[in-house]
Amino acid sequence: MENLFDIFIKAVFVENMIFAYFLGMCSYLAVSRTVETSTGLGLAVIFVLGITVPANYLINNFLLADGALGWLGSTFASIDLSFLSFIMFIAVIASMVQLVEMVIEKFSPSLYANLGIFLPLIAVNCAILGGSLFMQERSYNNITEATVFGLGSGAGWFLAIIAIAAIREKIRYSNVPPALRGLGITYIITGLMGIAFMAFMGIEL
Amino acid sequence: MAEAKEKDPLFSPKNRKLLSEPLVLNNPITVQVLGICSALAITVKLEPSVVMAISVIAIMGIANLIISIIRKLIPPRIRIIVMLTVISSLVVLTDQILEAFLYDVSKQLSVFVGLIITNCIIMGRLEAFASNNKPWPSFLDGIGNAFGYAWILVVVGFFRELLGSGEIYGYPLMEKLGMYQIGYVDNGLMILPPAALFIVGIIIWVHRGKNEELVDIS
Repeated sequence: MENLFDIFIKAVFVENMIFAYFLGMCSYLAVSRTVETSTGLGLAVIFVLGITVPANYLINNFLLADGALGWLGSTFASIDLSFLSFIMFIAVIASMVQLVEMVIEKFSPSLYANLGIFLPLIAVNCAILGGSLFMQERSYNNITEATVFGLGSGAGWFLAIIAIAAIREKIRYSNVPPALRGLGITYIITGLMGIAFMAFMGIEL
Repeated sequence: MAEAKEKDPLFSPKNRKLLSEPLVLNNPITVQVLGICSALAITVKLEPSVVMAISVIAIMGIANLIISIIRKLIPPRIRIIVMLTVISSLVVLTDQILEAFLYDVSKQLSVFVGLIITNCIIMGRLEAFASNNKPWPSFLDGIGNAFGYAWILVVVGFFRELLGSGEIYGYPLMEKLGMYQIGYVDNGLMILPPAALFIVGIIIWVHRGKNEELVDIS
């Protein structure tokens, strides 16, 4: 239990997707105009990460990794399909995103209209694929740990996009040089937040 | 192609615009906000930036061409999966080529070659352009956008390597100029990821300062 908590906190703060690895920047920068849309997108990301990371964990451990096909019999035990992992992971992610897109379109048309082009782009949100690749690299012990890691990185991404959206709503009233308004100042603020988040890097859990 | 007469010449003004517009006015990184992750993560040195830029140019041109050729066969509901399959096959190919011929650089790029798949610049252009335009304009659009991405990458890589480690493409420029003797110190911040954000922010500042119509009013 303690171990799971550690994984979660680590994924949210120490190894934050945005501030430590700069994954998922595109939708982070483009959708963070208001807190409301950011909340929607952030929840969608938590949801998709929470599903795809365990799904890909199963695929990795029972199909792709070295010797993973051993459960089919000893003749298959020596097969290593890990070069297929990019394609398999992205296929799982894309189908999950398509599913989420259909569900949101059905139940919340206003959110669907707000998210616009960025809903299909969750599929290519690097944070999602990055989550699966980190999961593969760090080889978690069981599926619970992988799920907790997925949810934690989603929560970290959520935290980051809400924070920047709140700052952007406030900064609209400030006197920023015209050419720096919007995108430019957002980059610089994100850089400063990234430096602030570096303070977590020394923490050992 | 039997109807060659009715077709636009290969480099008609319209097609040339497809190629030149993404370089400045509609740049993928500074204006369309696409493909930022990799631009930030791999630009510590110039060499990986250049390799990455070339890979993206190749993948994007080919992917746009392929999707545009099969655009009428893809059912809209599963278009994302089809696009991703095309892109990831190209990326696996690129990854293998890099490992075979440029092993050191491919080690430096590590997961980021794989993350080209999720580079939203490719997906974004496929979705916005290639899925409803003819092959040749799509190919030009892909190449144009990739070049727009490439020059930003190279500029960021240039400044980070020069200011962060005092070298240009591995050549110790600052040392040869004797800057260290007169008290010059490399800026360690430039090696860290946030520096890339600052540099891109400054590029956007200059870029929008020169092109008033791009200034964001909101």
